Amino acid sequence: MNGWLQHLPILPVLLPLCTGTLLLLSSEQRRGRRAAIALCATLAQLAVAIVLLAMADGRVVAPWPGEIGVYALGNWAAPFGIVLVVDRLAAIMLTLAATLGLATLIYSLARWERAGIHYLPLFQFLLMGLNGAFLTGDLFNLFVFFEVLLAASYGLALHGSGAARVSAGMHYIAVNLVASLLFLIAAALIYGVTGTLNMAELAQRVAVLDADDRTLFDLGAVLLGIVFLVKAGAWPLNFWLPAAYGAATPPVAGIFAILTKVGVYALLRFAVLLEDVGAPAPFRGDWLFYCGLATIAAGTIGVLAAQKLDRLASHLVIVSSGTLLAAFGFTGTTLTGPALYYLVSSVLGMGAFFLVIEMAERNRTVAADMLAISLEAFGLQDKLDSEHPDEVAGIPIPAAMAFLGLAFFSCALLLTGLPPLSSFVGKFALLSAAIAAPPQAPLLHAGLFVAALLLSGLAGVIALSRLGIRVFWDTERPTPRLQWLEAGPVAGLVLVCVVLSFGAGPAMSYFNAAAQSLHDASVYVGSVLPAAAAGGAP
Amino acid sequence: MEIVFALAVGVLAGSGIYLLLRPRTFQVIMGLSLLAYAVNLFIFAMGRLRLGAAPVIDPARGSDPALYADPVPQALVLTAIVIGFATTALFLVVLLASRGLNGTDHVDGREPDKE
Repeated sequence: MNGWLQHLPILPVLLPLCTGTLLLLSSEQRRGRRAAIALCATLAQLAVAIVLLAMADGRVVAPWPGEIGVYALGNWAAPFGIVLVVDRLAAIMLTLAATLGLATLIYSLARWERAGIHYLPLFQFLLMGLNGAFLTGDLFNLFVFFEVLLAASYGLALHGSGAARVSAGMHYIAVNLVASLLFLIAAALIYGVTGTLNMAELAQRVAVLDADDRTLFDLGAVLLGIVFLVKAGAWPLNFWLPAAYGAATPPVAGIFAILTKVGVYALLRFAVLLEDVGAPAPFRGDWLFYCGLATIAAGTIGVLAAQKLDRLASHLVIVSSGTLLAAFGFTGTTLTGPALYYLVSSVLGMGAFFLVIEMAERNRTVAADMLAISLEAFGLQDKLDSEHPDEVAGIPIPAAMAFLGLAFFSCALLLTGLPPLSSFVGKFALLSAAIAAPPQAPLLHAGLFVAALLLSGLAGVIALSRLGIRVFWDTERPTPRLQWLEAGPVAGLVLVCVVLSFGAGPAMSYFNAAAQSLHDASVYVGSVLPAAAAGGAP
Repeated sequence: MEIVFALAVGVLAGSGIYLLLRPRTFQVIMGLSLLAYAVNLFIFAMGRLRLGAAPVIDPARGSDPALYADPVPQALVLTAIVIGFATTALFLVVLLASRGLNGTDHVDGREPDKE
């Protein structure tokens, strides 16, 4: 049994890979079977992620010695082979990705999956890229997983087609291709001077570089930081984001809510590894802090200016990225734990919000028309649907509007950080940590951070209530028809946030433990390098 | 050799960036391809330029690492070429779709307003 458990860390990569391939090969006609396969695989990923979450904390006996699990691929020891590393942070991100993935998958099964081809396999490959990026302990492997998730996201961003999506998707692809090229230059530079791509060994090698090589390394690291900031949607590298997220189909936008956080995650991972040797500008300190503040400001202006709900949601994604960047750039490490808590609840809230908007805006005919057109183009619609193109099959939930209103309200609370839901707990913890910091951190920073957080929340409240009134108090609009498949995931995501806020104590201590072990880079390095010989043996 | 190599990378990257910033989609994709060539050559150079050294160990030559070129960058280049090829192909499809849907090959999907 123990022998099999050792292979658990590879499952989040292997499962979606195999499922995606299987779905590619199976016929598009057998809709029920495909949906069942995709659903089972995503559920299994969630289960694996939860087990890893418990193992990383020592709640369940882990098959690896020590705190951090290291899985050597092909059983090649660490500096030579590629390793997967499971610590608390990676486990948290895996669980988050699987939760959000499950919710958006169920939602898309109701109807959006039929708006184009190969939705389900692409979705699995996206999950594979996400999981791999969270787990990998190798720089070039990180690049490969980034490419996997980006390639899948290109396809998903264009899902459903249409002029708006293709134009926005083209910008998205071009920006990300350039970012990938930068990533390659950075990886090559770093390999050229340090002679390693293993992240743990990198941290050791950098310390002994001479001045010339160090300059080259810093150059590489800065390029790497820029790549991560592009992915994270930091100002001024985020102009591609609102269009791409706003134009994507709702379940896709929902899962995209976590894509920006991959950049944030990678930035954090490298920042702590390079902390001891003095990480270059994009990773740490004032530079990142002010970049975060500028991102919050840009996002807030966008939030206030947004005329449509999907644009508003995309700008809120930018605000939450900015908040995280500012928190990580803040002097000291006390903000990391609360920031991780905020990350989780804001991603869940954002995912739910993208789904709610689509349901609320469904009574607008534009969206229905576009769906009908793409359904026709692919010849996929059911016979029933073709007679009533804008009344897609499903049992209308009584009081659908009431549910929508409640869901919209909960999402608004989550996105702006008002009590009683979990984002409030996260923001509150961030604020109190920032206010308590001043002896070590400059007073100016604490003040700016608190002001930015409160003002962006206020702007969110204003914009959300303004657009909410326009959508929900409009008596001209007919009540949208909902299916249980669509209402369920939204309710589920909000429920997870409710659980997070009721269980804030244990959750926050878990996140703080994650931050603590993260900031102690020697634990990570120690686990990956010597443990590789003992751990991960089949 | 170093000078020629560096010039080649520089010229490719420079032309790539210029084309990338042009307003027509075809120019953008050519720019991306040139930039990808430059980056691939750069990765290759990061394994240090060597003449007459193979990256694969040959029993006849012995196992002294000084006799061989660094195999890692060459493996990285192979991966990068494959990924770059696939993404360029994908971008080409999106470009054609945009041309078909919008009736223009401008990157913004519409012609800029004439002054």
